[in-house]
Amino acid sequence: MITEYSETLPGGRHWSMTIRRGVILELTDLSGGSNVAMLIYNAENTTERLNLPDSLKCQHTFKITKGNCLYTDMGRILCSVIDDEAGWHDATSGTCTKALLDTKPWSKENYQEALNSYVRNGQDSFLIELGKHGLGQRDLVANMNWFSRVDADAQGRLTLGPPYASGTSVQLRFEMDSIVVFHTCPHPFNDLPKYPETEVQMSLRLADAVSDDDYCRNLCSENGRGFTNTELYYFGR
Amino acid sequence: MEGNLLAIERLVMKDEQPLTVPAGGYWLGILPKGRIIRLTDAHGNQAVDTLFFDADNFAERYSAMQTIQGQRALYVTTGTVLRSELGRPLGEIIEDTCGRHDTLGGACAAESNTVRYALEKKTMHSCRDSWLLALNTQFADLQLKKSDLSHNINFFMNVPVTPEGQLTFEDGVSGAGKYVEILAHVNLAILISNCPQLNNPCNGYNPTPIQVEMRLQ
Repeated sequence: MITEYSETLPGGRHWSMTIRRGVILELTDLSGGSNVAMLIYNAENTTERLNLPDSLKCQHTFKITKGNCLYTDMGRILCSVIDDEAGWHDATSGTCTKALLDTKPWSKENYQEALNSYVRNGQDSFLIELGKHGLGQRDLVANMNWFSRVDADAQGRLTLGPPYASGTSVQLRFEMDSIVVFHTCPHPFNDLPKYPETEVQMSLRLADAVSDDDYCRNLCSENGRGFTNTELYYFGR
Repeated sequence: MEGNLLAIERLVMKDEQPLTVPAGGYWLGILPKGRIIRLTDAHGNQAVDTLFFDADNFAERYSAMQTIQGQRALYVTTGTVLRSELGRPLGEIIEDTCGRHDTLGGACAAESNTVRYALEKKTMHSCRDSWLLALNTQFADLQLKKSDLSHNINFFMNVPVTPEGQLTFEDGVSGAGKYVEILAHVNLAILISNCPQLNNPCNGYNPTPIQVEMRLQ
């Protein structure tokens, strides 16, 4: 039985996996300038899924960083951010569609022309992976954009921040058995003239049990109740 | 949606008489393409949780993220194009006497109330309960499910973001008689929960009725 695992994913690719509660997923931006877009579903009942509006409002936050938890629509915690070298990840800008990619100055070559280096869009990437789990268009919801910082000014206008340095990592401890769907296509606000050639490392390892003085559980009283709701869901198991 | 044509037909808005949606109530109607709907905060400080669908294909629905992405700005106001999950324009805000509406905060639910306020708050009425009741009773023939209830607009609600990345819920931008008008770019199904939340200032701790009215262009 393996208890540790690591793989790398180039930019512009997609994948999905089931991650059990008690497992840590560490994402490392090997190249700098990466974006990892992610959706998460309860593996045993996919109608329960990541709800970023609920996650943001219960923690009174616009950004996601260390201590924050990602909640489902049912008031339970899918995963908690136990460590974060970046400090600010975007939870509100969504993902790039084909129509948006068409406005970018990047390669328009199709698969026939570019073979496996053709430029994928984020939404199709999500839909391919969702399809593997019996999910589809109606299951698209707000996604996380790890390693992308988006600031809002007083008028609510949004700006993508500078890329994080190579080697920056964020650690997600899963609190529920989850289907995790992700892609490494660029952030929708990425306006670089050249398509970003990036690489991300994804590592899995086993977490220690969540202690009473756990940082995420104690970040705010809301998270304490979120952990209680989640433990109730697994009561007796 | 051919099998649902009868269901659709009965939902099309037919007259311009304002109707009232009480606090804690729901309403679903179809605004024909090219027509305008006016939502009025009749008594002030009332959050109106609203979802939009293409009535000819309910799988294509309002996306808060695509709407934010399309304008690279958070707040919904005059000029905001309401975009679907696929990025297509479903409608547009053409008039707004309030000035700013939220699409980040989502809708209140029994479950999120347990997290936000206290575990025993799960018995309080909520927007998502209103929507689920609507989908499972009066509008059951539309065959919509919980998955169809995505992230909504909170008309007349103010959720500013601080420079440090905090989200705050504030009272005070709306008032009695303020309204917003939406022009439909498709046959636009509109599902409203007139928010019953009693635990924060979004309704001034006193939920009140709103008015819904179709107008000619």
